[in-house]
Formats: sequence, C-alpha cells, structure tokens
Amino acid sequence: MEILIYGTINSVALALYALGFAMVYGVSRLPNFAHGALYVLSGFITWSFLNSLGLNYLISILLAMLATGLIGALIYQFVLIRVRGMEISEIMASYAIGLAILEGLRWGGFKGMTYTLPAFISGSTEIAGIPVDYQRLLVVGIGIAVVGLLWLFTRYTRIGLALRGMAQDERAAMMLGIDSDLMAVTAMGFGSMLAALAAVLLLPLGNIVVESGYNILILAIAVCIVGGLGSWMGAVLAAFLIGFAQILTVVYLGSHFQMVVALAAIILTLIIKPSGLFGRQKELEERV
Amino acid sequence: MSKEPILKVSGISKSFGGIKALNDVSFDVHAGEILGIIGPNGSGKTTVVNCITGFVKKSSGHVFFRGKDISRKPPHKIADMGVTRTFQIMRPYYSLPAYKNLVVPLFSPRAKRTGGWRGGGRLGDRNTVGIDILEEIGFERDSYVPYKLAATLPTGYLKRLELARCLALKPEIIICDEIFSGLSMSEIASMVPLIERLQMDGITLIMIEHRLRELFRVTDRIMVLNFGKKLMEGHPKTVMANEAVKAAYFGSQTVQEVMDHA
Amino acid sequence: MTLPSEQERKERIDRGIKIRSDSIYAMMSHRELSYLTLPRLILIVGMLMIPLVIPSMYWQRVFTISCIYALLAISFDFLAHYVGLVSLGGAFFVGTGGYLAAIANTSLGLPPWLTVPLATLVGGGLCTLLLLPCLPLRGVYFAIVSLMYPLFLARVIEALDILGGTDGIMGIDSFPNHWVEQYFIICILLLILFGARRLVNMDIGLVLRGVKDNDQAIRASGISVTFYKSVAVFIASAMGCLSGACLVHIYMWSGISQFALDFSIIPIAATVIGGGGTLVGPLLGCLILVPISELLRDFGTLRIVFYALILVAFIIFRSEGIMVYGQRKYHQFERWIKY
Repeated sequence: MEILIYGTINSVALALYALGFAMVYGVSRLPNFAHGALYVLSGFITWSFLNSLGLNYLISILLAMLATGLIGALIYQFVLIRVRGMEISEIMASYAIGLAILEGLRWGGFKGMTYTLPAFISGSTEIAGIPVDYQRLLVVGIGIAVVGLLWLFTRYTRIGLALRGMAQDERAAMMLGIDSDLMAVTAMGFGSMLAALAAVLLLPLGNIVVESGYNILILAIAVCIVGGLGSWMGAVLAAFLIGFAQILTVVYLGSHFQMVVALAAIILTLIIKPSGLFGRQKELEERV
Repeated sequence: MSKEPILKVSGISKSFGGIKALNDVSFDVHAGEILGIIGPNGSGKTTVVNCITGFVKKSSGHVFFRGKDISRKPPHKIADMGVTRTFQIMRPYYSLPAYKNLVVPLFSPRAKRTGGWRGGGRLGDRNTVGIDILEEIGFERDSYVPYKLAATLPTGYLKRLELARCLALKPEIIICDEIFSGLSMSEIASMVPLIERLQMDGITLIMIEHRLRELFRVTDRIMVLNFGKKLMEGHPKTVMANEAVKAAYFGSQTVQEVMDHA
Repeated sequence: MTLPSEQERKERIDRGIKIRSDSIYAMMSHRELSYLTLPRLILIVGMLMIPLVIPSMYWQRVFTISCIYALLAISFDFLAHYVGLVSLGGAFFVGTGGYLAAIANTSLGLPPWLTVPLATLVGGGLCTLLLLPCLPLRGVYFAIVSLMYPLFLARVIEALDILGGTDGIMGIDSFPNHWVEQYFIICILLLILFGARRLVNMDIGLVLRGVKDNDQAIRASGISVTFYKSVAVFIASAMGCLSGACLVHIYMWSGISQFALDFSIIPIAATVIGGGGTLVGPLLGCLILVPISELLRDFGTLRIVFYALILVAFIIFRSEGIMVYGQRKYHQFERWIKY
C-alpha cells in the first residue's frame, strides 16, 4: 500500500519533470538539456519574489512561471534557433546554457539548505493508515489536471493543433502556413513554463538546491527515452514505469539506487528498443 | 547455364505499419540473364531490392542465393557473397574524389579475397585499381573527371559510380535500381552497351526500370509489379500486350478491376 | 579592410603550391618545402620546448593536464568528425582507464610503465565491449547514451561502495619524476596526434569517414559498419583510457570524480573552439581553455559559467573553430573582387 501511494506520487512527479522536455522535443526536435536548469531557476525566482520582494505566494508563483517561460523562449529565440537542426550543437549549446545558469546560481550564493518554498497547504492526512501530506496529494491532483489540460490544449486550440502539426511533420506544417520558428519558440516557452510549474509544485517538498538541476535533467531524459522521444503520452506512461521501479528499489535496495534505476532505464531502452515504448522514429527510418 | 536459378525469391512480403508494400512475391533469376522489373510508382520495386539485399527486414518469405538461404543475413554479408546493388538515390562519398570512392569497396573483405577487379591474385594499390575500374565504366582516364570530387559530378557519372562500386566487389549479381532514370538520352545511349558488356562478362543483372524502351533492348524477361503484387512475368512483348499491365500503367480500368485481374 | 559593397564578393584562391593536391608531390623549392613542414615543425618543437620555458612547477603541471585533456579531445574529435559517433562520455573512458591503472598499481603492484599500457589496452577493450550494443544508435541517441554511461558507473560505484566508494583509491605510485611525467605525456600526445592524422587519410580512414557520411553505401560495399565502428571506438576509448591512466598516476588518486562531467565537457568545448575535424584544433583548444580555467580558479564556479558562455558563443558564431579558420587563411588568398 505504501508502495502504491508513494509510487503514484513519485510517478506524477516524474511526469511533471518530463512533460516540458517531451513537449520541446516533440515540437522542435530539440533535446533541451537546459531543462533541469530552468527547473531550478524558476524555484529561485519564486523564492526571490516571495522573500526579497515580499509578494503574495500565488502571485509570485504565477510571475515566476511567466518569467521562466519568457527566459526559455528568449534562449531559443536568440541562441538555439541558430543551431536549429544540428542535433549535436543543440545538445551542446543547451547544455552549456543550463550549466551557465546552474553554476551562475551557485556563484550567486544560492546554495545550502536555506532556500525552501512553503507548502501550499501544510498538514497531512492518512490514506489507508499511511501518512501523506497535503502537498503531495496536491501534486498528484494538479499533475493529473495538467496532463488532462495539455491533452485538451493540443486538441482543441489553434496553437495546440499547430504544435501537434509541427510535431508530426514540420515541412507539411510550414506549407499550411504555420510559422515553424515561432512555434518552436512557443513550445520552448510552454516547456519552460511546465518546468517552472513542476518546480513550484515539487520544491516545497524539499530544499531548492543547484545540484538537483542535473538530476532533474537525467530523470526527464530517462522518462522521455523510455516513453519514446517525442511521444507525450508515452512519457506519462514511462513516468509511472520508472516511478514505481524507483520506489521499489528504494524500498528493497536503498535510496542510493534511485538514480541508478533511471540511468539503467535510459541505457537499456536505448540498447533494446531505441524508439522507446511509443516512438515511431525507428520505423520510419527503416524505409531506406 | 545450369537449371538451378542463381537467385530464388520465394514468397517475400513486407508491410510498413499496415501498408503492404510487398505481398507474396516470388521469382527466379538464372545465371547470366538480365531480369527487368517494372511497375508503376509505389508498386514496391525498390522494396524488392531492399528485401533481397537485406537493407529492409522482410515480414516473411525467403531469398536463396545459389541454394543458400540469405533471408536473415545482414546487408554487408549479402554483398560479401556477391549480390550487390545500386541505389536509386545515388549514395557516393561526396567529400571524396571519384576514384577514392572506390577505395572503400576495394577495402572490403570480398575485394581482398577476389583480388580486386581483374587484378588476378594480388591487389595492387587501391587508387590505381579504382581508376582502372572507373575507366571500364566510362570515366576517361586522362581527363580530370575521375579526380573530381564526387559532389561535383553530374548525375550520369554518379550513376556510373554506383555501378563501379558494385564492380569493385567482383559481383555475381548486380541489382540496378533505376540506373537510367534522370539521365539524358545520350547518357542512356552510352550506358546501354555498358550493361550489355557486363552481361557478357558473366554478371547476372536485375534491372528496376521506368525507361522501358532501353530496358527491352537489353533484357528478354520482364516481371511486372503492381500494388506490391506480382502481376505477371515473361517476354517483353507478351508482357506489354497484357491487358492488366496496360491497365496498371495507363489506368484504363479502375483500380479494383486491376486488383481482381491480378 | 575593404568593406563589402553590393557589387563585391569575396574570392578565395588556393595558394599555388602543388603539395596540397592529394598524391602529387611537387617539392620544387625550399619555399614549398617549408610551406609544408614549418607548421608541423613549429608544433613539435613548440610542444617539446614549453616545459623548458615555463618556470614554475605549478604551470608545468597545468600544461601536463592540458595535454591530457588534449588526448581526450583528439579522441572525441576522431570519433565525432571521422566516424560520426558523437560521444559525450569522455569521462567514461577516463574513469575506466583511471580505475584500471589504479587497481593494477595498488592491487597487483605493477609499476606505472606497465599499468599505463595495460590500462590503455584493457580499458579500450572493456569500453568497446560495453559500448558495443549502442553502436547501431545514431545522432542524439548515441550522444545521450554515451553521456549516461559515466554517470551510471559513478552511481553504481557510489551505491555499491566498491572500488573505494566515494573515497576512491589512494596511494597510487607517481611517475619517477616530473620531467619523465611531462615528456612521456607530450611525446605520446604528439605520436597519437600524427598517428591519428595518418590513420584518417589511409584507406581504412576512408572507410571510417564513409561510415560517418554514408553507412548504407558501406553496407552495400560488403563492409560491416558495426565492425568498423567498434574498431574506431576501440581506438578512441584506448586514447581516453590512456589519459585516464596518466591522470591517476599524476594525482596519485583515483575516484568517482573521474567520471565527472568535466572530462566530457572540456574536451568537447576545446574541440569546438579549436576546430572540429582537424585533430590539431582540439589540442590548440585545450592549450587555451585549460590554462584559462586555471587562471579563473579564484572565481569559483563562475569559471564554469564563463566556459559555458564561450562554448555557446563559438557554437553559434564561429562553429568552424580557430584551426579551420587558420588553415583557410594559410592555404588560401582572400580578396574582394567586383562582379
């Protein structure tokens, strides 16, 4: 029972980490290695709004999400767009930007245990005899809501449909009058906002630390690779797969193995079935 | 000519995510002959080549070369046995000069075994052998053409380069995927004798073609594909007289009728 | 400098020296001979002289470390630009080589002149074996999987607490003295640099380049792509393991930090800055980057920020790198001409 509850929470958290990454990759084929950095950055932005400027918590969260979205979009517009389509340059450039953000934060003094965000609702309840705090329940609730909203968004709004069009066939989308660069920037903006959303939801559960940026990136990549790069629903399913696998290893082997599971998942998936659970990349490639 | 076919294709099928690109195609190729494969666009001609040479995994069916099952072998093993192919979309090494393009196939285990092109025994300097092969195939040795970067060569020479890559392996079978397409009439005219000479040298050829007139000059057996199925096979004249073939090419009947006929 | 107007374009003309054409050797004069040999001579003599002119032990050590990074960078450049496998996991090679040398030295008691070749060969084989299943992957997929390997090994060592766990293996012998250490590494670096340049221009090098540009044609030529990829990975990972082995003997310590991202990122940054595909460029990049990073040591993590920004700037504005730019200037005239 404990495994079930904590597995679910962990899985939803993983899905939240990964959605932004999956969205950006799905639309513009950009492996956004700055994803983890954006996650941490938005945490610190929220903290600054809250503590330095003394704003209302909800307002600072919204502002932080907007700011992170804007930063993501700007990074794409001014840097990454120039290496568009050169996958390796994209990886290196985005990783370097992420590195610069994270290490810049560390240099700026954002380190140690002092940076925490308050929980939305404090306190805890018991489900089937297991204590669960409200924040974790909220994570699950909002996480499911976000996935649902994203699903509706990509099916029933113009921007959402345009993004999906881009994801399926960029050239065809361009012929239909979709501005592919603009859409890529939009996707990066949304992806960064999703990272920020994940951050404000999950950071109250612990401290804001620079190091977690790297782990978040690995987890996001793990989820997306296992689910199949570019497949959003695959990412959600993969999040549950890895989420439960992690909880099981933590229970039976020890907490050191949590990251080992994610890394092993990446390596094994790439070796056995590079297209992941739901990717279609490979099948198309086979047609010489 | 032995009765046993050199290449026996039996019942190969291939589907790409629900679309049947090939449906139970069987045919034989005898040593020394030229088999033509024709069919409208999208009828699965290139897929046949890919399936025989292992570039695409077959959904089902077998390919036998000299009685040996090569269905499950990877492409390089099949090429190593002497079943070589050209690509419809030419794939030279663009950054290398034309003659250096041949150093790569001459480096292959098969070329090392067979001793290069008519080198007999020891393999000479690969550059020299490469230029020899290019001369065979119509690159003028004393001109600058063999030394130009492949990226700067016109289509006609690139098609020849594709053939040269096969020849460097001293092949038993060459499968030509639309070697005439995209060429001017005069280029085709100079290519046809080349094909005839290859046949005289004892190489078996399978030619996938759209240019029927030239194809019929060199071959005496044609197989027609349509919608991934074998429509018929026989002498060019009988094939072209066939109503179903006409329909496939000129669309005088509805698609359904063609399918029924097949 | 003339500003480009609309009627003008830049024209580039090769210098009129035949030596550059592929197999025709026309060494007519001292001028042509020196045109060819001078750059190489400057490189070799320069590399051998640097330790003599650097006064302090500290900077000599920095130079040695630069050379080790250069080895890694050359291995990255070779794999990425001649075989088409972009390996972001240089740290994987360093770590494997380092730990092997450390084990051979502390457990088996072998001296450095045995552990280094041993770690190179065994490590190269081991890395190749581990990477073998990933070789069919292309582009991003191979890059990601190679990035994950060193992280994975580091976490496994940490989680299982084997090989000294987070403390690492200590008490490794150093080289006899720092002159041996320095000249050993410089000589090896030069040998490998010229060896690699030779290799990529030999027939087997053409095959490897073919694997990068056009693997279908390689298959159609009856050549196994996976075999030649694994040969290339063996060469590259042996270079990486060699640098790792030298590193542990210099630091006399081997730990998980050898799997750290530094060893993956700095060589890549150096290659981008120095000029990918030249093999000399990465060396140049390392000789620039590593000392700069030493100078900035006081600024703490800000130097990584600085680094990352340089890398981004080079990727975006000068993706050809210093060396390619320099070679072009050396081999070609440029002038503005009217249409």
